[in-house]
Amino acid sequence: MTGNQIMFIVFSAMIVIFSILTVTSRRILRAATFLLFVLISTSGLYFMLNFQFLAAVQLTLYAGGIVVLIIFSILLTSHIDEKFESAALLKKVYGAIASILGAVLVINTLINYTFVPSTEAAKDINMNLIGNSLISWGEQGYALPFELISILLLAAMIAAIVVAKKIKTN
Amino acid sequence: MTNFSYTVLIPLIPIFVFLFIGLTGHKMKPLVSGIIGTTGLAISFILSYFTAYQYFFNTEKINGAYQKILAVNITWLQFTDKLHVDMGVLLDPISVMMLVVVTTVSFMVHIYSIGYMKGERGYHRFFAFLSLFSFSMLGLVLATNIFQMYIFWELVGVSSFLLIGFYYEKPSAVAASKKAFIVTRFADLGFLIGILILSFNTGTFDFINLTTVGGPAMATGAGASFLGLSVMTWSLIFVFMGGAGKSAMFPLHIWLPDAMEGPTPVSALIHAATMVVAGVYLVARLFPVYALSAPDGLTVVAYVGSFSSLFAAVIACTQMDIKRVLAYSTMSQIGYMMVGVGVSRYGGEAGLGFMASMFHLFTHAMFKALLFLGAGSIIHAVHSNVMNEMGGLRKYLPITHITFLIACLTIAGIPFLSAFFSKDEILSAAFEHNRLIFFVQLFVAGLTAFYMFRLYFRVFWNKEPHYHHTPHEAPLTMTIPLIFLAIASIFAGYIPFGQFVSSDSIPFHSEIDWLHVAIPSIIVGLLGITLAFVMYKKESNLPDKMANSLKLLYVGAFNKFYFDELYLFVTKKIIFNYISRPVAWFDRHIVDGSMNGIAWITNAASIKIKGFQSGQLQQYAFVFVLGSLLLGILFSYFFIYLF
Amino acid sequence: MNTGIPLEYFLVMATLMFFAGVYGFITRKNLITILMSVELMLNAVNIMLLAFNRYLYPNQLEGHFFALFVIAVAASEAAVAIAIIINIYRSFHSIDVEKTDEMKY
Repeated sequence: MTGNQIMFIVFSAMIVIFSILTVTSRRILRAATFLLFVLISTSGLYFMLNFQFLAAVQLTLYAGGIVVLIIFSILLTSHIDEKFESAALLKKVYGAIASILGAVLVINTLINYTFVPSTEAAKDINMNLIGNSLISWGEQGYALPFELISILLLAAMIAAIVVAKKIKTN
Repeated sequence: MTNFSYTVLIPLIPIFVFLFIGLTGHKMKPLVSGIIGTTGLAISFILSYFTAYQYFFNTEKINGAYQKILAVNITWLQFTDKLHVDMGVLLDPISVMMLVVVTTVSFMVHIYSIGYMKGERGYHRFFAFLSLFSFSMLGLVLATNIFQMYIFWELVGVSSFLLIGFYYEKPSAVAASKKAFIVTRFADLGFLIGILILSFNTGTFDFINLTTVGGPAMATGAGASFLGLSVMTWSLIFVFMGGAGKSAMFPLHIWLPDAMEGPTPVSALIHAATMVVAGVYLVARLFPVYALSAPDGLTVVAYVGSFSSLFAAVIACTQMDIKRVLAYSTMSQIGYMMVGVGVSRYGGEAGLGFMASMFHLFTHAMFKALLFLGAGSIIHAVHSNVMNEMGGLRKYLPITHITFLIACLTIAGIPFLSAFFSKDEILSAAFEHNRLIFFVQLFVAGLTAFYMFRLYFRVFWNKEPHYHHTPHEAPLTMTIPLIFLAIASIFAGYIPFGQFVSSDSIPFHSEIDWLHVAIPSIIVGLLGITLAFVMYKKESNLPDKMANSLKLLYVGAFNKFYFDELYLFVTKKIIFNYISRPVAWFDRHIVDGSMNGIAWITNAASIKIKGFQSGQLQQYAFVFVLGSLLLGILFSYFFIYLF
Repeated sequence: MNTGIPLEYFLVMATLMFFAGVYGFITRKNLITILMSVELMLNAVNIMLLAFNRYLYPNQLEGHFFALFVIAVAASEAAVAIAIIINIYRSFHSIDVEKTDEMKY
C-alpha cells in the first residue's frame, strides 16, 4: 500500500462520513463544522490529484469564505444550542428512497463502464498557464466564461445587497 | 389634365370633424360643436362646387365624352394579383353631380339644425353623426370600386341607424332604427351576393373596368345562364335588391315611414335627399353593365320602381302624419327615378331616361329637402306631427308657407319649376319605351299633386284648431336654408342637364315632348290640385264621403296595405318559431353545452390535482430527483436499444 | 500521473457524497442546512470533474477550469441564498422550509 493509497482512503473516508454527518446532525453549528471538514478533505484530494491552485482556492473560498458566511447566518437566525427535532419519518423515507436509488443507479453505471485512462503526459499546471488560459481565447482559452463569471459575481453581489436590505415600512 | 387629388379632402373633412366632435364635443358648448360641424361641411361644399366647375368646364373631353377620372387610388387589401380591394376617388359626371347634391343638402341641413336642434340633449352627438353620415355618403358617391361602395353603403346604413335612433329614450325610435337597420341589412345580403357573383364572373371590382363598353369584363361575364336568365342578369338583380332596400322600393319599403322617428333634419338629409337615392345611384353607376349585358335586369328595375311609386302614392293620400306623407312621397319619387333608369337604353337619345332619372334625383333632392325642412319648421311651431292639430298656419309662418307652397308646386309638376322638366323627361322616356309604365306614372303624377296639396291645404288653410300658444316663425338659421332651397327648386330645372350627365357621358340636347307628355302631365297635375282644393281648402265633409265611397281602398291604404302586419306575421310567427327557436336551442344546449362541459371538466380536474402544488419545496425536490432518475434509467437501460 | 488509485474509486466516493447532499436537501427543515447540502453536491461534482480531467485528458484543462467556475458560481449562489434566507427570516421569523409555503397553488 503506497502512501497515496493511504491518503486516499483517509480522505475519502472523512468525506463520506462527514458528509453523512453534515446532513444528519441535529445541531446546526456542528453540521457546519462537519461541512468544513468535508471541504478540507476535498481540498486534500485536489492536492493528491496535483491541482494545487484549485486546492488552494477550495481552502480559501469554501473553507474560509462560504463556511464562515454560513456560520454567520446561523448565528443571525438560530440559537447555538438549539437542537432540531428529528425529521419526520415520511421525509426520511422519501430522502432515503431518492438518495439510495440514485446512488445505486449511478454507481452501477460507473462500475459497468470501462474507463480507459489516458497515457499522455500530464500538463504541468502552473499559475502562469492558468492566468494565460483565463484571458486568452481559441484553443485552451477561457476568456468568455471568465468574463461571464465576473458579470455573475457582480450581479450576485448587487442582488445580495438588494435582497438583504431592510425594507422600510411606513 | 387637371389634378383632382384634392377631392379626397371632400369626404375626409367630415370624418375628421366627426372624430373631433365625437371625442371632445361633450367638453364644448353645444353651439360650438354645431358651428364646427357646419364649417367642416362648408369646406366640403365649396370644394365640391369647385370640383364640379373644374370637371365640367376645365377638363378635356375625349371623343366628346366626359372622362372617368381616377383622382386618388390606394390599394388597400391585396389578396392576389388580380383580387385586390382599392380605396379611392372616382370622378365622372354622376359622381360629381352627386357630390354637389350631397354637400348642398347636407350643408343646408347643418345650418338648419343649428336652429332646429337648439336646446336638445345630445346636440354635439347629433352633429357628430351628421358628419359621419356625410363622410359615408361622400365615400359611397366617390367609390372607385364596388367593394368600396359596399363598405360605405354599410357605413351609411349605420349612420342612418344612429340618427333614426337619436331619441334613444323613445321606444318607438329604437324600434324604428332597428327596423331600418335590419331591413336594409337584409337587402344588403342580396347586394353582397350580387357583388360576389358579378366579380366572380367579370374578375374585377373596379367600376372603370366593369363599365367599359366592349371591355373584357363585360365579355367574360356574358356566357353562363341560370333559370333562363344569364348569370350576369341574376347578379345585377341581386345588386338591385341592395339598392331597393336602401331606396325603400316595394317590398322592402317598410322601414322608411318608421324612419321618420328621427329628427326632421335627418329625415330631410338621409331619408329624402341623399341616402335613399343611393339605390338609384347604384343602378346608375352600373348602368352600362345593366343596359348592355342584362336588359332584363333593367326591366325588373322599371317595374319595381313603377309599382312602388303607385303603391306609395296611394298610401300617401290617406296618412295623417305630415312626415309620413312626405316619406311615402319620397318613396314614390324614387320610384320615378327607378322608372327613369329602368326604361332607358344605352347611349345618345335612347339614354334620355338615364339622364332624366339623374336630373330628377337632383331636383328631388332640392325640393324634398325643402319640404322636409318646411315640415320641420311647422313641427317646430306647433309641436306635433299630426295634421288634425294644424290648420290656418299661413298667417303665423309666412316664410315657411311660401317656400312650402313653392315646393308643393314643384313636386306637382307645375310648368317652369324644376321638377316639371325632370319628371316630364322621365315620362317622355317611359312614353318611348313602355306605354303601360307611362300611364301608371302619369296617374301617379296626378296623385302626387293631390296628396301634396291635401297636405298643404290641411296645414296652411282649413280650420284653425286651438293652439296652446301662438305658433311663431322659425329663427333665421332655419329660414335661410328654406329660402336657398326654394330658389334652387325653382331654377334647378333650367340647368341643361343633358349637357353634363348622360348614359354614355356624351352631352346631348333633350326636348320635352309637349303634345304627348307635358300637356297631359300638366292637366293631371292641375286636376289633382283642384281636387285637393275642393276637398281641403275649407273644412268639409267631402273627404269623409270620399273615404266612405272607396272604403276598401281607403282602409287598406290607411293601414299601409297591412304590410307591417304581414312582415310581423312572417318574422314573429314563422321565422321565430320554426327557425330561430331550434337554432337558439341548438346554440344554448349543444354549442354552449359543450363549452360549459369542457369548462366544468377542467375545473373539476384542477380541483383534484391542485394538491400536488403544496408549496413544500422538498416535495418538489423529491419528485424532481425521482424524475431525473427515471430518465436516467430509461436512457441507460431501455433507450440504448433504440439507437 | 499514476497515483495507484483507479478512477472508479474517486467517482464512487463522489457519488456517495452527492447523494448524501440529496438526502439532506430532501429531509432537512432548516434553510441553511439545505444550503449546506447544496454545497455538498457541488463539491461532489467538482471532484468528479477534476478526476476525469486528471485521468482521461491529462493534457487539457477543461475540468480544471470548470471546477473553478463551479466554485465561483457556488460562491455567488451562497451569497444570494443567504441574503434570501435572511429576508425570509425577517418576514416569517423562521427559516423552516415547511412554513414558507405561501406560494402554493
